[in-house]
This record gives sequence, structure tokens and C-alpha cells, in this order.
Amino acid sequence: MKNIIKIAFRNLKRSSRRTLLTAALITIGVIFVLVYSALSSSFKAYMVGEITDSMMGHIQIHKKGYIASVDNLPLDKNLNKKQIDKVLEVLDDNPYVESYTFRIKLGGMFSNYVSSTNIRLNAIDPQKEQKTLPLFEKRIQESEPHLLKEGEMLIPELLAKGMGVKKGDTSVLVVNNQQGSVNGLNLKVVGIVAPISGPGGRDGYFHIEDAKRILRIMEPEVSEIVIRIKDVSKLPEAMKSMQSLSTIKNQKGKPVFELHAWTKLSPFYNIVKMLDLMDISIKIILISIVLISILNVMIMSVYERIKEIGTIAAMGTPPSTIVKLFLTEGFMLGVFGAIVGSIISFVIIKVIDTIGISFAFGRQSGLVLHPSLQGSDIITVSIIVIVIALIASISPAFKAAKLNPVDALRQN
Amino acid sequence: MIETKHVSKVYKMGELDLEVIKDLNLSVGSGEFIAIIGPSGSGKSTVLNILGGLDIPTSGEVVVDAVNITNLNTTQLAHFRGEKIGFIFQSFNLIPVLSVYENIEYPLIMIQHLPPKERKKRVLEVLKEVDMLDQKEKYPDQISGGQKQRVAIARALVTNPKIVFADEPTANLDSKTAHRIIELMHKIKQDYNTTFVFATHDEKIVSSAERLITLVDGQITDDKRIVV
Repeated sequence: MKNIIKIAFRNLKRSSRRTLLTAALITIGVIFVLVYSALSSSFKAYMVGEITDSMMGHIQIHKKGYIASVDNLPLDKNLNKKQIDKVLEVLDDNPYVESYTFRIKLGGMFSNYVSSTNIRLNAIDPQKEQKTLPLFEKRIQESEPHLLKEGEMLIPELLAKGMGVKKGDTSVLVVNNQQGSVNGLNLKVVGIVAPISGPGGRDGYFHIEDAKRILRIMEPEVSEIVIRIKDVSKLPEAMKSMQSLSTIKNQKGKPVFELHAWTKLSPFYNIVKMLDLMDISIKIILISIVLISILNVMIMSVYERIKEIGTIAAMGTPPSTIVKLFLTEGFMLGVFGAIVGSIISFVIIKVIDTIGISFAFGRQSGLVLHPSLQGSDIITVSIIVIVIALIASISPAFKAAKLNPVDALRQN
Repeated sequence: MIETKHVSKVYKMGELDLEVIKDLNLSVGSGEFIAIIGPSGSGKSTVLNILGGLDIPTSGEVVVDAVNITNLNTTQLAHFRGEKIGFIFQSFNLIPVLSVYENIEYPLIMIQHLPPKERKKRVLEVLKEVDMLDQKEKYPDQISGGQKQRVAIARALVTNPKIVFADEPTANLDSKTAHRIIELMHKIKQDYNTTFVFATHDEKIVSSAERLITLVDGQITDDKRIVV
């Protein structure tokens, strides 16, 4: 094999300009794919992290039918104590669950004594919320990180700007409870919440005990249970471990609960799927580049060396060795392109990572992306390139091996 | 050493069948120095190719060193050539990316798979025999035509073949170099009892051959032994 590699290497060196051109083409393809993959996967990871770690969690549990009418923030579709207990039976001791938090979602009127407007609110248990959504604190502007206390609220940035509300201002929240009575509560604005893409991304927050008070709730009651799992890659398994909740039925024989992964709740998941599709498309382009360039160079190589192939065949070189010679040439081109492409990509991504790319997404601006190259991406792309290089060399290699030595020796 | 029985070779030329070898019956013994002569198109090269296992006859049998090579498949034929046959070509056909030493070593590595020590011994031996020891590091494009043919001879001989087939081996050489090459092959024949079969127009080879086979239109018209 050592000698086959030596001859293949020298044959590639013989047409050094052509070899370099082909290798450069493969290298550029590899760079393009790896840099794109690093950027897109960093973007996905960043955005998914933002969504799941600061707003949505990984899994949400509601009363059946809640999500269908979520725009109305229905209070009559809250989970009651018995139902919450059923959920906790499944969540406590579940090996996939890291933490969970309860929320009451409601709509109301927000007033700063000068003007008033509609507001969507999440009533939260600050301690559980912090554990379940570790990035939530980062969304809070103009405030030192601290746990929300009773009598305090966080208002969305758009509302704060529109009404000129600042941190420290006092406001009045007026809501209708399930029975229709109107109740009000004075709350101090302790922070402004930065918007985030997706449902609930522009909601305000206040303490769950305040919500119980204003809604006159006596028994435990929540709109949704937000769950953080230990390993995001095990989302399907975690969902499966909670599936027993979906089978629980009420007296009318209808399901009581509905479970949703973040992928079903956030429209960003469609963007993720689109990015994945683009990733595949770019890999297909890379495959085409490698396939066409290596096929081209190997076919030319066979035609140029017909007499040489005839000579080695006449001397007694078995067809299998001739096949190996040409496959090795294609393989070496692939390996060269993969190695050089990976090294250059690594440097490019390191530079981008150091500088950082600022971008805006939806109403979020000033986001900074720090891409990183995953070892698995390098391995996947390198395997694709090398395998395709070998596949592209198969036809020319067999053509060379099947040449009739007599006909080949007649060529000039 | 070589026996052919009723060998014929027909080439398809579109609708036409062109019979280039007709009922060839030939017997070649060990250590012979044979020149096959005849006008262009008489079938000299085709006979050489068939005897050397490069081409398959349309009909008839070719037995070389007790092996009926007409029954062998492509891989078996390649193995047979690698073990028993040496070829010398008109235009030398050296591998341009390999040095003189590596060209000669090639069949020992890629075909006979000999260990490095044995390879080195054999290559140096034939390099000495063809007087190219001092040129062993050079590449084919750095040596003259005569030197290239010496390397080609060395490459053909390094596997210790029983028979060497040479198709117009002196056609691309000047007269003086051609003489030296013929002398070299004679010496090898005497030293190793190697059989040489030439297809040639060259008078110098003809005059040094021990047996002359004349081919006209694919048939042997004359087969005579020359007493030197």
C-alpha cells in the first residue's frame, strides 16, 4: 500500500497545477460548508437557548384546550390542585427533569396614573422561574438581578417606552377574575423586560402570590407548568416519560392534559428546520463540487495515461492494483481538501469568534454571535468529502483496470 | 517452452472480419533468440502479443511453459505475465514518475511482492548488468533513449522471466546504441538462458538472430535456424 500511495502521490504531483486547482475547489467547498455550519448551528443554539432558557422552557403542560385559546389567556382553563398533583406525580423523580415552574397567565389593564393600556402578564414563582429559566434574568434591564418580590412587577420594554414608565415607578394593575369581578393592585416597576421572539416574548411579569390575590384564587391554580430537562438532546425521551399524562381522562372521557415540547410552541422551530434544510442543501452542493471535480480530474488522468496503464498491465499488474492506484489518487485529493479546508475553516471561525458577529433578529437587536466549530462537523464533512472522492474515482479506476493492454499500448 | 496450435486472430472491422493471424503453428524452445520479420501489417506484433498473453487468440491454443494461457482469465493472465514474461517496447514505456531504480523495482513490488532486501539485491544486479548503476537515481526524462531502453530491459529481466518479448526494441535508437542493446540482450540470453522473441524490421537484430520466422499476411512463410 505504501508504494501505491507513493505512486499515486507522484502522479498527482505530475499535474501539480491541475491537482492544486481541484484540491483548492474541494478546500473552498469544505470551508464554505464548515463556516456556514458553525454560523448556523451557533445561531440556532443561541436562539434556541434564548427561547428555552429565558422564556419557554423545554416542555410545557397545560389543561387540554389551553393552547388552542392561548391568545385569550383563559382563566377557566387553568389546572386545579388535583390536576397539579397528578402532574407532580410524574415530574417528581423523573430522571429527565431538571426543574419546573408554575405560571398563571392573564390579561389586564396597566396604568401609570396618566394613561392605561392592555397588558399580558405571567405570574411567576421567582425562585422556581430562576431555576427553570436560567437566562430569564438577563432579559431584565435597568435592574440589578434579584428575585421578584410580592408587590413588584417587570414590564415589557415596548410598553415602558410607549408609556414612559421607568424603573421605580408605581403602577396599577386591573384585572377581571374568572367570576367577572374587577380587582386592582398597586405594583412597583422594578425592571424592564427585553423582548424575545416567540409567543410570550413581550409579556410582563409579577409575583404568583399577587396574582392569586388579585384573581381571588383560594386553591392552588396554574395556567401552565414549564419544565426544564437535564439534556436537551433527550427531549423526545423526556416527552415520552411524561406521556402517561396524556392518557388521563376526565369524567366525560376527554383528556385532561396536553403536553407540548418547545418545538411545537415556538415558531422559531420552523426557522431551525429551514436552517437544517439549508445545511443539507449546502452539503449537497459540496458533494456535487467534489464529485464533479474529482470525476473530471480522474477521467482526464486515465485518458492521459492510457499507454502507461497499458504498460503496467502488460508487465502483469493485476486489474485490482490498477483500481487501487486510481482510487488512492482520488482519496488523496479528498483527504487533502478535507484537511486543508478544515484547518482554514478553523482559523476563519476562530477569527469570527474573537471579533463576534452582531445581528438583529425580529425585534431583538445587538445580538452577538460567537460561532464555534464542532469536532463532529469536521468529522462529518471530512467523511462526506473522502467518501465522495472515492465514489467519484470508482468509474475512472475501473475504466483504467478494464483497458485492454494491447489497445492501450497502441495509444500515443 | 512455447507451443501454438492452429492459432488464428480475427479483428472485427465494422461489418468485416479481418483475419490477421491464420493457423499459426509454432514451437519455441528455451534460450532461443528469435526474430519475427515481415512487412508492416503482416501480424508480427499480434503474434508477439498472443504469445505473451497480452492478447487472446480467436481460435487455437497457446501453451507457454506447460500453461494453456488461452484458458486464463484477465487476472490469471496478468499473474502469468508478471511471473513468466518480460516485455520490451519500442518506445521504452518507462513510468515517468518513478526513478530508474523505482521503474526496475516496480514489478518486484507491485506484481511479485518480494521483500525489500531481495528487491534491492535483484535491482542492483540487473542495473549492473545493463550498466546503469550510476544512473539509478535519475528519472526517465533525464536519460537518453539508449539508456531508457537499457532500463526497460532491466525492468523486463528483473523478474527472472523465462521469455522476453521485444517489439521493435531498437526502432527509436541510433545505430551504435542499437548495436550495444542487441549485444546486451545476447549476453543476457547466454548468461541466464532467457528466450528472446523479437518483432522487428531491424537488420541488426535480424543478423544477430539464431532463428528467423517470416510472417506474411498472418501466416508463417519461412522458419529457419541460422548457424552462427
